[in-house]
Amino acid sequence: MQFGIFSVGDVTTDPTTGRTPDDTERVRSMLTIARHADEAGLDVFATGEHHNPPFVPSSPTTMLGYLAGVTKDIVLSTSTTLITTNDPVRLAEEYAMLQVISDGRMDLMMGRGNTGPVYPWFGQDIRQGIPLAVENYALLRRLWTEDVVNWEGNFRTPLQGFTSTPRPLDGVPPFVWHGSIRSPEIAEQAAYYGDGFFHNNIFWPISHTRQMVQHYRQRFEHYGHGRADQAIVGLGGQVFMRKNSQDAVTEFRPYFDEAPVYGHGPSMEDFTAQTPLTVGSPQEVIDRYGAMREHVGDYQRQLFLIDHAGLPLKTVLEQIDLLAGEVVPVLRREAEAARPAHVPSGPPSHAERVAAATSGTAQSGTAQPAASVTTGK
Amino acid sequence: MTTTDRRIVALSAGLSTPSSTTLLADRLGKATVAELGALGLTATTETIELREHAHDIVNAMLTGFGSDALEAVIERVTTADGIIVTTPVFTTTYSGLFKSFVDILDKDSLVATPVLLGATGGTPRHSLALEYSMRPLFTYLRADVATTSVFAATEDWAQERDGANTGGGSLHERTARAGRELAEKVALHKNTGPVDPFATAPSFEQMLGS
Repeated sequence: MQFGIFSVGDVTTDPTTGRTPDDTERVRSMLTIARHADEAGLDVFATGEHHNPPFVPSSPTTMLGYLAGVTKDIVLSTSTTLITTNDPVRLAEEYAMLQVISDGRMDLMMGRGNTGPVYPWFGQDIRQGIPLAVENYALLRRLWTEDVVNWEGNFRTPLQGFTSTPRPLDGVPPFVWHGSIRSPEIAEQAAYYGDGFFHNNIFWPISHTRQMVQHYRQRFEHYGHGRADQAIVGLGGQVFMRKNSQDAVTEFRPYFDEAPVYGHGPSMEDFTAQTPLTVGSPQEVIDRYGAMREHVGDYQRQLFLIDHAGLPLKTVLEQIDLLAGEVVPVLRREAEAARPAHVPSGPPSHAERVAAATSGTAQSGTAQPAASVTTGK
Repeated sequence: MTTTDRRIVALSAGLSTPSSTTLLADRLGKATVAELGALGLTATTETIELREHAHDIVNAMLTGFGSDALEAVIERVTTADGIIVTTPVFTTTYSGLFKSFVDILDKDSLVATPVLLGATGGTPRHSLALEYSMRPLFTYLRADVATTSVFAATEDWAQERDGANTGGGSLHERTARAGRELAEKVALHKNTGPVDPFATAPSFEQMLGS
């Protein structure tokens, strides 16, 4: 099972000092955080993609391309890549380039984006979010799997004899996740293609997460990619830790109270009871996240949000040390012990996908969809 | 626990304790149950005071999900066979707490549900708030709204006792008539539960074909 971190890349004033980093400092902090996560032994670093302040990560492949050069083992990913407002042709090119540069040490997660004004800035309409996600992703797959593409659809200019370059590494496209919080349609899309499904549950009760994951698992099996418990599932999470539980609560409370999204709303105690947010000792985090599999089944990737709400860089790096040093080894051991042999430990690596493609065996994310993809005729 | 034919929920957005709005909700609930009885149907009514969930309602607006207690209330309301909604009239319309609760309901969750409107105010000059703001709100939600709505001004509580008729009938008479109208709708309507978003989600072939 993989454990990592994902960043929204928000620029937020530290409520305890009143200090606000500028965009440059925040971008550089993200790079430091990713490198530190790699050195500490976490499995995944994922960056969000946003095109509106107060968020800085507008250009994920530039960031991840640099990180590919300065990190060693960590899988570089996105949370999420906007499949709605990005041109699928550019996505095919940029992520194939990242795949080559990182030597396959990457994957990506598709998302729609939920900020209405961003869509028209890129010539799109949020009311078409689902149809855009469906058509654009179908084209993206073709651009990766077919050398020459003739295509016509509803949302971009037609393509005649187009070849996306570079061609995917070893002829095998990157593994793709689909992230959605509320839309069964996206769980359906992930299941149809045998791709991964990520539920970013950080602001949601686990009962909702369970429903979405269960739907994806059932549909994954329906489309013939394997058994429901073999579907590739990822979850979000949010933690703040100190050795002593009460120290964590005291230190994090001002950040919680002022945080974007939930600040000035429910109490930290209510929010930790209702969502996966865990503020306390490493053991409390282990207890909470070790139980997630009881709700969603054995899953393959757990990402934690640890660098938002104005937390200083030094604190974030300490959180990574606690995660990698005390929490993840225990969670990984527990997950491995509990996992049945036929359930994949993690999402397929590039090497595994290449091996599956050459041997012709069906595998998540490489299997052909149940029906031919005809979007865009 | 005995099984009854119908379940009525009376919502009150009254703020004080005790509240005349809650009193109105209670009476409308009892009147409806009595009228259902006359139609040969057993029924229960429960009054839910939004006041007890005020903080949770605001939190739900901020976070996008409700606390367990609030979700339980929403479930009670949206699975009821008939609903009585009552609010004090504040500054020409329903109270902010009342509207905030309606705002966090799924917009399809009250489709076809029989609804009876009630409001309270200091003077009968506010009574049309039921017609120009409450009724359109529930029409938008495609609820099945009873024709009679009941406004209880301060003076109505006094006139009730001496039986004076203020033109539309005493509060007691209007309560009974409204209860009868709601009962007639509820008798024809059994809540079949919320729509399952997963069961109604399109298959991927349907999405590709669209």
